[in-house]
Amino acid sequence: MAFYKDGWTRRRLLTTGAGLTAGLAMPHVFTRGAWAQDQAFCNNPSGSTVTLGFNVPQSGPYADEGADELRAFQLAVKHLNGEGDGGMLSTMKPSNLKGNGILGKKVAFVTGDTQTKSDAARASAKRMIEADKAIMISGGSSSGVAVAVQSLCQDMGVIFMAGLTHSNDTTGKDKRRYGFRHFFNAYMSGEALGPILAEEYGKDRRAYHLTADYTWGWTQEESIKNATEALGWETVQAVRTPLGAGDFSQYLTPVLNSGADVLILNHYGGDMVNSLRQAVTQFDMRSKQANGKDFQIVVPLFSELMAQGAGEAVKGILGTANWDWKLDNEATKAFSKSFGEEFGSPPSQAAHTCYVQTLLYANAAETAGTFYPPELIKALEGFEFDGMGNGPTLYRAEDHQCFKDVLVVRGKQEPTNQFDLMEIVKVVPRDEVTYDASIFGGELGPYDAKQC
Amino acid sequence: MDAIILQILNGLDKGGAYALIALGLTLIFGTLGVVNFAHGALFMLGAFCAVAFSMVLSISERVRDESVTFFEAYKEVPYLEIWFGETGRTILDWSVPLSMLLAIPFMLLVGLAMERGLIRYFYKRSHAEQILVTFGLAIVLQEIVKHYFGANPIPMTAPPAFAGSADVGQWFGIPGLSYPMWRIIYFLFSLAVIGAVFAFLQLTTFGMVVRAGMADRETVGLLGINIGRKFSIVFGLAAVVAGLAGVMYTPILSPNYHLGMDFLVLSFVVVVVGGMGSLGGAVVAGFLLGILQSFSSMTEIKDIVPGIDQIIIYLVAVVVLLVRPRGLMGRKGVMEA
Repeated sequence: MAFYKDGWTRRRLLTTGAGLTAGLAMPHVFTRGAWAQDQAFCNNPSGSTVTLGFNVPQSGPYADEGADELRAFQLAVKHLNGEGDGGMLSTMKPSNLKGNGILGKKVAFVTGDTQTKSDAARASAKRMIEADKAIMISGGSSSGVAVAVQSLCQDMGVIFMAGLTHSNDTTGKDKRRYGFRHFFNAYMSGEALGPILAEEYGKDRRAYHLTADYTWGWTQEESIKNATEALGWETVQAVRTPLGAGDFSQYLTPVLNSGADVLILNHYGGDMVNSLRQAVTQFDMRSKQANGKDFQIVVPLFSELMAQGAGEAVKGILGTANWDWKLDNEATKAFSKSFGEEFGSPPSQAAHTCYVQTLLYANAAETAGTFYPPELIKALEGFEFDGMGNGPTLYRAEDHQCFKDVLVVRGKQEPTNQFDLMEIVKVVPRDEVTYDASIFGGELGPYDAKQC
Repeated sequence: MDAIILQILNGLDKGGAYALIALGLTLIFGTLGVVNFAHGALFMLGAFCAVAFSMVLSISERVRDESVTFFEAYKEVPYLEIWFGETGRTILDWSVPLSMLLAIPFMLLVGLAMERGLIRYFYKRSHAEQILVTFGLAIVLQEIVKHYFGANPIPMTAPPAFAGSADVGQWFGIPGLSYPMWRIIYFLFSLAVIGAVFAFLQLTTFGMVVRAGMADRETVGLLGINIGRKFSIVFGLAAVVAGLAGVMYTPILSPNYHLGMDFLVLSFVVVVVGGMGSLGGAVVAGFLLGILQSFSSMTEIKDIVPGIDQIIIYLVAVVVLLVRPRGLMGRKGVMEA
């Protein structure tokens, strides 16, 4: 009865049905592009919103860093949706961002807690992909976590825009087609820091390494060792310390009697705060002499949050950083301004990286005109951009590593305010830290989109 | 030789902390029969007493840094320094030892409140339930501290007189050997506290009753002594000991909210190795494991057995329990049905 009312006839119903069947049965070749891009990939957003998954440490030793990353993500989403002052949306070049979401869809986000543990991070990323339908995962504050989540994302066909991860492995032996890293790595730290170390401390030095015993620590130790040995330094000893050791005194006591005159702390987070403070304020190492020279301490990877934790101990210590809010360029000012006005403090380098990664993902989707990951990946691979705070930057296609200037920084002797803990010693140009993609091995793997 | 002396010293300060925490754990276990997984959190609370105390002391006048426009950047000068000049500065420098003034009453209160408010309802429950509830409490305390103080470690400084390292080589006739001054202070401090606790238990009537209660609670109760009240004071005392251990540890290890958990497991191993319910055992095992841990992280030893520094304590615990199932100084009948 209803059919007649709506103007349907039995004949019409039959022809429509037949037509539909024919359409569905049509050779795949005619429809492949449209079909694949519209349907066959994990979490293709169907409604008016697109969901991003921000996986950051909300508990555990890096919780403060995670909180800062989360602030940056919130800000990025706000700017992408056309709210607020736009931040780097107005400085990024080239940019296809429109300030109306991504591909016209409003950006929503969900968050997960990595706890800085690989298994917890994978579980929360999986939940965000499966239950919350996140189309992209970003964040993290440890290379162990980044490597684990990146490989999960590859398996599930979801793009991973890594947050703070500094191990060479992330874009080296563990690189993945679906993973991208904006942050610099240990190799670049070594290349940038080496010449400054030779300049400041001379070419005849004997180094003692204390190294956090996981992927990041190992690659950093190797990179700094290679860089300093190339300058003529000798490595006396390299000792691995358990992650989260807390008290490092049993590893510090042998240092002064080892014949070394430089201590290199391949530590991050709480480990770095503790080992540096103990070496400086308790073992008095910086006032000691060894081999007729002043004893020195180097922390190759620096961060503002850790400088706060280390207090006085950080003064005069050399290290490297990915970015600093005091950099003098338009993009940095625009980002620091909107972040500072929103949250009352300057953004950390972890926050900067997470913000930039979100914008880069959104821009790649706009450029590709689709969320279909293989097309989006191609838009990111080899993408050359500027106006994101680090000068001209390249997302290298071969290993998905960003190449940009690296900062050599030093703990400031006379801070003028509570955020002024590091001074920029040198901005090392991108060319000097660029390396051959093949040296760290690894395979990116296939582009293939997946159903999840 | 140098290295051996240094590692012994190293083990002594580490051992001091283990011994103090284990002592309190054993006291609580011996008297109340409660396995207190919140004991590490008490150590952490003590450390944060020092943090809070020095924060209060260093409330500062903030001078706005006008060159920064996007957010409030300022330079701080503590009021104590403005008002009292050099004296104010000295008080600030000594804030860690001074914070014991806050820590002792505060930890006593926390201990009493914990025992009266929560633990006493679990005396008759199984150890598994006690562990669950105290562990839950530990997490609650941690999260409260994290909420107010953040997750980052907070740097605390030793008084300048004890900062830096002491020339211990002079004492042993070996030139060029130095060790952090505050760590030596910490070791001496832990000996003093341990001595005070033992003296309290051995020399006072109160202590005598407590010891009697530890041996046979029922009989002491039948004699008309309100052993329950005495035991809640013991709980408070154990909390104070853990708290003081935490206060004095802050210049050694910048405290964060997770500090207690890092010590908790080790302290339980110490208690088990020393012998459940044996106060002397807890102290001896604390120092012993501290020293062993230090030695096992010497590169010479790590070259022979890699990773030994991370498992030595558990390895020793296994061996001790195989050879002496009640621990080094364990008594018969403790935790045995």
